[in-house]
Amino acid sequence: MTTTTQTTCPYCGVGCGVTATLDGDNAVSIAGDGQHPSNKGSLCSKGTALADTVDLGGRLLHPRVDGVRADWDTALARVASGFADTIAEHGPDAVAFYVSGQLLTEDYYIANKLMKGYIGSANIDTNSRLCMSSAVAGHKRAFGEDVVPGCYDDLEAADLVVLVGSNTAWCHPVVYQRLMAAREADPNKKLVVIDPRRTATADTADLHLPLAPGTDVALFNGLLAYLANNGFTTDLPGGAEAIAAAGPGRDIQGGDIATVAEAVGVDDADLQTFFEWFAATERTVTVFSQGVNQSSAGTDKVNAIINCHLLTERIGKPGACPFSITGQPNAMGGREVGGLSSTLAAHMGFDQADTVQRFWDSPAIAREPGLKALELFEAIEAGQVKAVWIMATNPLVSLPDADRAKAALEQCPLVVVSDVMRHTDTADLADVLLPAAAWAEKTGTVTNSERMISRQRAFLPMPGQARADWAIMCDVAQRMGFADGFVYEGPAAIFREHAALTAFENDGDRVLNLAGLADLSEADYDYLAPTRWPVTTCQPLRAAGAMPARQGVDQLFADGTYPTADGQAHLVAVTPRGPANAVSADYPLALNTGRIRDHWHTMTRTAKSPRLAAHIPEPFVEIHPADAELYGITDGALATITTAWGQAALRVITTERQRQGCLFAPMHWNDQFASSARIGTAANPAVCPISGEPEFKHTPAAIAPLAATWYGFIYAVRPLWVRAMAGIDWWIKVPGERFVRYEIAGCETPTDLKTTARHWLGVAARDVDWLEAADPAAGTYRAAHVDAGHLEAAVFIAPTPERLPERSWLAGCFTGQAMTEAERAAVLAGRPADASADTGPQVCSCFGVGRKTILRAIKSDGLDSVEAVGRALEAGTNCGSCKPEIAELLSQADKA
Amino acid sequence: MHDNHQPKLDLVVIGNGMAGLRVIEDLLEIAPERYNIIVFGAEPHASYNRIMLSPVLAGDKAFADIQIHDRRWYEANGITLYTGEAVATIDRRRRMVISAEGREVGYDRLVLATGSRPFIIPVPGHDRPGVISFRDITDVDDMVKASENGGKAVVIGGGLLGLEAAYGLHKRGMDVTIVHLMDQLMERQLDPAAAALLQHSLAQRGLSFRMGAETAAITGDDAGHVNGLRFKDADDSTLDADLVVMAVGIRPNIDLAKASGLHCDKGIVVNDTMQTYDPRIYAVGECVEHRKAVYGLVAPLWDQAKVCANHLAWRGHSQYDGSVTATQLKVTGIDMYSAGDFADDEAADTLTYADIRRGVYKRIVLREGRIAGVVLYGDTRDGPWYFKHMQAGTDVSAFRDLLLFGKAFVETGADETADEHDAEAA
Ligand SMILES: Cc1cc2nc3c(=O)[nH]c(=O)nc-3n(C[C@H](O)[C@H](O)[C@H](O)COP(=O)(O)OP(=O)(O)OC[C@H]3O[C@@H](n4cnc5c(N)ncnc54)[C@H](O)[C@@H]3O)c2cc1C
Ligand code: SF4
Repeated sequence: MTTTTQTTCPYCGVGCGVTATLDGDNAVSIAGDGQHPSNKGSLCSKGTALADTVDLGGRLLHPRVDGVRADWDTALARVASGFADTIAEHGPDAVAFYVSGQLLTEDYYIANKLMKGYIGSANIDTNSRLCMSSAVAGHKRAFGEDVVPGCYDDLEAADLVVLVGSNTAWCHPVVYQRLMAAREADPNKKLVVIDPRRTATADTADLHLPLAPGTDVALFNGLLAYLANNGFTTDLPGGAEAIAAAGPGRDIQGGDIATVAEAVGVDDADLQTFFEWFAATERTVTVFSQGVNQSSAGTDKVNAIINCHLLTERIGKPGACPFSITGQPNAMGGREVGGLSSTLAAHMGFDQADTVQRFWDSPAIAREPGLKALELFEAIEAGQVKAVWIMATNPLVSLPDADRAKAALEQCPLVVVSDVMRHTDTADLADVLLPAAAWAEKTGTVTNSERMISRQRAFLPMPGQARADWAIMCDVAQRMGFADGFVYEGPAAIFREHAALTAFENDGDRVLNLAGLADLSEADYDYLAPTRWPVTTCQPLRAAGAMPARQGVDQLFADGTYPTADGQAHLVAVTPRGPANAVSADYPLALNTGRIRDHWHTMTRTAKSPRLAAHIPEPFVEIHPADAELYGITDGALATITTAWGQAALRVITTERQRQGCLFAPMHWNDQFASSARIGTAANPAVCPISGEPEFKHTPAAIAPLAATWYGFIYAVRPLWVRAMAGIDWWIKVPGERFVRYEIAGCETPTDLKTTARHWLGVAARDVDWLEAADPAAGTYRAAHVDAGHLEAAVFIAPTPERLPERSWLAGCFTGQAMTEAERAAVLAGRPADASADTGPQVCSCFGVGRKTILRAIKSDGLDSVEAVGRALEAGTNCGSCKPEIAELLSQADKA
Repeated sequence: MHDNHQPKLDLVVIGNGMAGLRVIEDLLEIAPERYNIIVFGAEPHASYNRIMLSPVLAGDKAFADIQIHDRRWYEANGITLYTGEAVATIDRRRRMVISAEGREVGYDRLVLATGSRPFIIPVPGHDRPGVISFRDITDVDDMVKASENGGKAVVIGGGLLGLEAAYGLHKRGMDVTIVHLMDQLMERQLDPAAAALLQHSLAQRGLSFRMGAETAAITGDDAGHVNGLRFKDADDSTLDADLVVMAVGIRPNIDLAKASGLHCDKGIVVNDTMQTYDPRIYAVGECVEHRKAVYGLVAPLWDQAKVCANHLAWRGHSQYDGSVTATQLKVTGIDMYSAGDFADDEAADTLTYADIRRGVYKRIVLREGRIAGVVLYGDTRDGPWYFKHMQAGTDVSAFRDLLLFGKAFVETGADETADEHDAEAA
């Protein structure tokens, strides 16, 4: 029996619909959901590989308390009493939740309700702070509410799409695919990419502006001034001020293209082209994401962009809007329930605390904003927050200055972590570790970047003792004495309550309104088709399986009315300012961090998929060749990146895609997968003063070669505990189809490589099947361990990276089958023998002449005697013992 | 050609073995009319391939298979052949050789190709019946005869010859023990690792070993026939034997040359054109010492014979520069290849490959980035390829990391044209 479930991809903010099919053997296959309006059947590489990630390898299946397995009762009691006691002794602000855009809306709702309505503190923040909060703040300043005005259809409808700080091709692949398809259909549509790096996205653009990091405000102020100079006017509040701030007399001579181009570090003519296209194109969408948000001027950058759209009235119309794309699957859902410490609930602020408390009928209510992510960890460090519950996020990898966060957690009296994985850098520090349900097991809703609420539906049973996050929290709440507010039959009930809260006392002053969904029956909820909010009226919902009836409004603000006090949109006067920490003589380079195509966040799930790991298997630092030369760095070798906050050691890629003076390193790798690739430890903790979002895109850094004396890699069928291996100073782990690969390096070459290698591979017994090739003088060593004909492990060591063989052929030796003779002979070469060099069985051993070679020569050169063969090939001319065989071959060839 | 009008000179060749015969063959090819050729061979047969005595002993080949030329061939080429007739004296003043039979033959040019003699350790009992060396077909006949009743054989000497003898006798049904002075077999050609593999696979085939054992005496029964060995060790241990084969080395056969006053050291000293101190007299083969080197394998003889024949034919100035040699063991199913100098010292870089389960071991010694020596065991396919690079003095640095894996990994695509050929033909 096969069953098919419609659910939603748990990765990026595109929020693609996915169908998961379970066959009779419970094998999972994944496909794009053709009925989902956001992706219309497409999936990117990450989504496609979801089936690889649902196995239970590495899963956390039981609660653990103080490092030992415990039952739920014990674990919940410990959490509840820990929180209750801390609150009793030090007040509600001594506890905190740090949650995640990976949680479902229902989970998020419960977390927010518990913290803000029952504990009475606003100390709940989320990892969305790290990627989205500048957009939230910018939206609020401009529109009065955190609302994305457009939808993906607008990207297709637009004649000009401007991507700012968004490597869409890698980070939001399906949106990018839709965009590409639209351009293909209409070649007149233009694409401009604004990004310091020449990313994969930039490759396909009509125009790439590789601006200097942190100059976005200068660029869009320049554009605003240019637009104002070219006939665009506005009566909107803040308009005059914004133009004045952008215009003549300010730091940057707005409108003077050369001055702007210089400030921004791009070519005059390119900038002119961009300005002209923008001015001339009615249907313009500006997409922005982390490249804009993750900045100490993040909110200003957002408003600089929105200002241009407001001035040109390119908002609320098909194909025209500023468009923030979120990174996470449910960053939007989290924002909707109010899971950031800076809002209260359902897009209501602290000024509406009474309203919310009335709705919740709760014993308490937070009346002040709580701690933002970085402040929260600082408060833990300072001992002000004494109990923290971290859910579905890995802050020790994702936070800037992550080692400081680590130190903070280490000395925090109570750290509770809910996660799906047994080991994450953060989980390893937990006092209480709670097994949460994973994507395939969860039931609830998520909201994507275009306000589309989609169902996530479970298609696998919960393994071990894993439980849904909302259920875990409700249990804790009840044990803390909050039974009344936390009795739910299931996620549908929570969702109804959430929807009801959005509609509660909402006379149109809040765009977020799910009134139409507040009375969903269990069945309606089960079958809820993707629905774009607001959903103000109760419309009959069609069952999944049919194209969903269009629910919400595609383009908001079409009537020019905004949820501000004056009902108008606001332009915000912004002034360019450099990154919080400028580059200096000691730290001369600007370090930028970001995503790569096939990994998600801290890799806890994507690393399970060999297909995904294969795209970019290891963490790297990209550097411009000229900088590489300057700092003595070579492509393929290792380099240490040092900032005032931390360090990472990464593989070097030299590329002209990188701007001079800049470095790029991916954010994903962590201590589970690498010895020193947690780039977050090096990122500066500077934040945007308005949004509190960290400046990941600009940390002053120095780079130097890592003084490795040897490089190597290990392939092993079973994971090895490399971190504990003597002599390995640097490593990364790359999961493969039937193996794990470790790239390794060290600063001192072990004297006895053979003993060392056997030790690493855990091969102690003397009589094991062990192959080796050693050149000690050159410092190279290669060995393989074979068991019953199967390749178990292989290790390769060389003094320089380029002396190691290519990895892919070896990966193919791990077939689960016994090795072939040819593979065995070749395994340490790391590549197959030249097939054309197959000379056949040896005939003349003195000169190494094979049967096939002789037959070929007899045929092609018309050889007719043993002597002739001898003259042509030397065969038989030394000891002569093969002459009879040669004669035999001649007579064979004669007959043939 | 004007050669034809010159009167033929008399060329006498002493020794109808591998080297002497090759000189004649080469000469017939390039200057068939120049000489009257007279050959003396101490052995009774026309000519045979000596190195194939091992497969004959092992029963893999018959004597007929290893004959090189029969008497008709000599006749057809106008060569006078005296077999079973050793030359006893050379009268250099009269330019005459005198055979053991008293036959006198004059020469204009003389080629000495007397080969070498097995070295017999002068222990008590070395001359007993049942103590045999391994050099010529009569030795093989004797061993075959001795093996007919089964029994125990002891081979003294764990070198190439000793092992081939031991293997042959084992195949003929004898219970064979190899007695070797050193702790490892073939210490001149193999390193300890390869030797251990070799010993292991020979032991698996049923051969026994007494390593590090020095023979004190060869003991005999009442009739004087050999019945065992006694060793020089603390407890004077003994080993029973019905047959003892001495294969502890060879000595160049220089008695005749010495007696005729030619300068000899280890061997008959020759220059780069293979001439002795008497320019009318050449010497080739194992009896020769060239630039202080003495050889015990055929490959150098071919080079020597060619130079010698060229010089005899007055053909240009080819000269012999000495040879680098490679050794292989002719034991069915055992592949072993050794060439050059693989001593491990400061100046040498040693590369090793070992796949013990598959019985493969390789050791390559580099000096200044060039192959100085190579030992291959189990997979000898690339031996000749390494050997060529060794001879050519190729700087292998560019492919050093793949060197151990051989030609098929280094020269990718090298044979492509041949394959295209095949494809077209098909
Ligand atoms: C069993 C065996 C296996 C071998 N296997 C190999 C191998 O695998 N590879 C390899 O390269 N080499 C091998 N060799 C060595 C190789 O056979 C010799 O290097 C080669 O035969 C030497 O040639 P030669 O002409 O110098 O000596 P020989 O072939 O020994 O010829 C010398 C001849 O001269 C005769 N002679 C001596 N004195 C006189 C005289 N006064 N008058 C007339 N005739 C005389 C001898 O009887 C003999 O017939 C092997 C040798 C043996 C015995
Ligand atoms: S990762 Fe994003 S683009 Fe890719 S399938 Fe999932 S939701 Fe769609």
